Amino acid sequence: MDDLNLMPILPELFLIAIGMAFLMIGVFKGNSSTNTLCWASCIGFVIAAVLLMKSDWSVTYILSDMLVIDSFAGIMKLLILLGLTVSLALSVQYLHQERIARFEYPVLVIFAGVGMMFMVSSNNMLSLYMALELQSLSLYVLAAFHRNSLRSGEAAAKYFILGALSSGMLLFGISLIYGFVGSVDFNTIRETLSSLDSIPPGFTVGMVFVLAALAFKISAVPFHMWTPDVYQGAPTCVTAFFAIVPKVAALGLLMRLLFVPFEAATDQWMQILYFISIGSLVIGAFAAISQDNIKRIFAYSSIGNIGYALIGIVAGTAAGVGSVIVFLLIYIAMTAGAFVIILSMRRNGLAVENVTDLAGFSKNNPVMAYAMAAILFSLSGIPPLAGFFGKLFIFEAAIESELYLLATLGILASVVSAYYYLRIIKIMFFDEAVDAFDNDIALAKRAVLLIVTLFLVVFIFVPNFLLDSAMLAATSLF
Amino acid sequence: MIVQAFAFYLFAGILLTSALMVITARNPVHSVLFLILAFFNAAGLFVLLGAEFIAMILVIVYVGAVAVLFLFVVMMLDIDFANLRKGGMQYVPLGIIIGSILLFELVAIYSYWAFAPDVSQNLDMPLSSFGDLQNAEALGMVLYTDYIFAFQMSGLILFVAMVGSIVLTLRKRPNIRKQIVSSQHARKASDVLEVKKVTSGTGG
Repeated sequence: MDDLNLMPILPELFLIAIGMAFLMIGVFKGNSSTNTLCWASCIGFVIAAVLLMKSDWSVTYILSDMLVIDSFAGIMKLLILLGLTVSLALSVQYLHQERIARFEYPVLVIFAGVGMMFMVSSNNMLSLYMALELQSLSLYVLAAFHRNSLRSGEAAAKYFILGALSSGMLLFGISLIYGFVGSVDFNTIRETLSSLDSIPPGFTVGMVFVLAALAFKISAVPFHMWTPDVYQGAPTCVTAFFAIVPKVAALGLLMRLLFVPFEAATDQWMQILYFISIGSLVIGAFAAISQDNIKRIFAYSSIGNIGYALIGIVAGTAAGVGSVIVFLLIYIAMTAGAFVIILSMRRNGLAVENVTDLAGFSKNNPVMAYAMAAILFSLSGIPPLAGFFGKLFIFEAAIESELYLLATLGILASVVSAYYYLRIIKIMFFDEAVDAFDNDIALAKRAVLLIVTLFLVVFIFVPNFLLDSAMLAATSLF
Repeated sequence: MIVQAFAFYLFAGILLTSALMVITARNPVHSVLFLILAFFNAAGLFVLLGAEFIAMILVIVYVGAVAVLFLFVVMMLDIDFANLRKGGMQYVPLGIIIGSILLFELVAIYSYWAFAPDVSQNLDMPLSSFGDLQNAEALGMVLYTDYIFAFQMSGLILFVAMVGSIVLTLRKRPNIRKQIVSSQHARKASDVLEVKKVTSGTGG
């Protein structure tokens, strides 16, 4: 223990402090304070982001090398904070509509966020595991937040049991890696491996277990089975949260893990990720076609999008990682926008979740319908919207690394998945109109939808600024 | 050495036998008792390895808390274990196949096991670097200093677990009659008792 330098993790410490303070306020003020606490948490996330921007992003190891702060961690944390703010802002009205507005909701979101931020800056298997568990435990509780709903309970039970299984696999993998290297520090693992001529099978098996556990967390095929059920069963605002934020954190963790400690084993993990990526693309594209529940469709859509992100990782270059970061930003925006619509699908005070309920949406609420159409076009990758560029950068990186097959499959999957995105548009614009949705849509949702749509449309004019900063962050991993 | 080898085979043998009994015993209470026996023997193995702190923790946490909790659940809740087991036999062949594949794979890994060449230099906290200190003292030296992050994070995880269990189980029931101790104490005999003089023979 040399010196206790806590400044680099000031944003996390701030969030922990307000999380505990908000819990105390909630305990004394009761559930009527939920609204205030939600908005205060959003402001807290913004303050944390400001603290993060002000802090030094040069490579720093703190707390006995347990954590590392570099520009990759910095930019991933910014993405996480963005996702947290947006998804919490979207939740407030829904919590009241479903009568589950309890003050613990923002507190749990804050602690999940703290776990995610530590995940992307962990530099040790021990801190990785602790951060991952802090995140997962908060998410399990959030999935079960609708206590009186049977589906919510089922979703949470599935998520919890499979999550516990994946934690077990993660620990087993870490123990094999520790058994070989004798250390759980990322840099020590990297140096030890790079001094070897070949990677021993014992280590590879350990790495496979770790990758399997993380594939579960990002819901990549073949560890995706829980996703549609959990997305469907959890309260919709929690589904939005699940779709937007934890993926970003787990992908950030995966990238650090692959490019720092497992760098010398690139040949080994590349094959694994290659097939996980293909599997996610195929399942994400084909399984959603026969779905009618819009939350399930977006579950499969998120599986497919993880497939694209993995292509960028398999490329194995700084350009690939940079393209994944840009892709994640666009993914956060598109998912947030789509969930604004899904959260607004209410008739007579009850949530409806079927795609066919969107019929005639363009007549009943043309502005939102056109915004949704823009988001769906962007999701299916049609230029000049941002979603096209997200995929373009990833395919570019893949082509540069001569992954022609993967890039081709990615484009084909994107064509297939366009079917179910366009089907939603067709239902909205051309099907016989049914009753309109309730029209009391919160200002926050409208604002998010407006910002997202603007971002998707104007991205074409400013792609370089984002891409450059993402590339800069990506190089800090290599 | 001979004593140690003898102790190892004794502990390991009883551990395996009792572990087998845990899953084969018909009476669930017997299963839990065998589980406790298994924990004690595992603790014995840890003592042989020189990890006396983990041995004690195993006994305190697993025997003292977890196993007792199991016993409570088994004895207090009316679960028909025979019914739960019904139909379990049909999974045995599949279980054996998958188990033996896993066993084969693990044997394959461990028989080719090699350590990294400089593994002893990689160790973060080898016990030898603490001189003559006992386990518990050595842990105390590093737990709150080098591993403060992991320690604090486990604190946060427990905190979230506590919040979560309250969120999921606490229900406010407004119509229930509750005992309010302070108002009970505040009652005075003069507030509630009225002494009436009754004259004899009037019946009132």
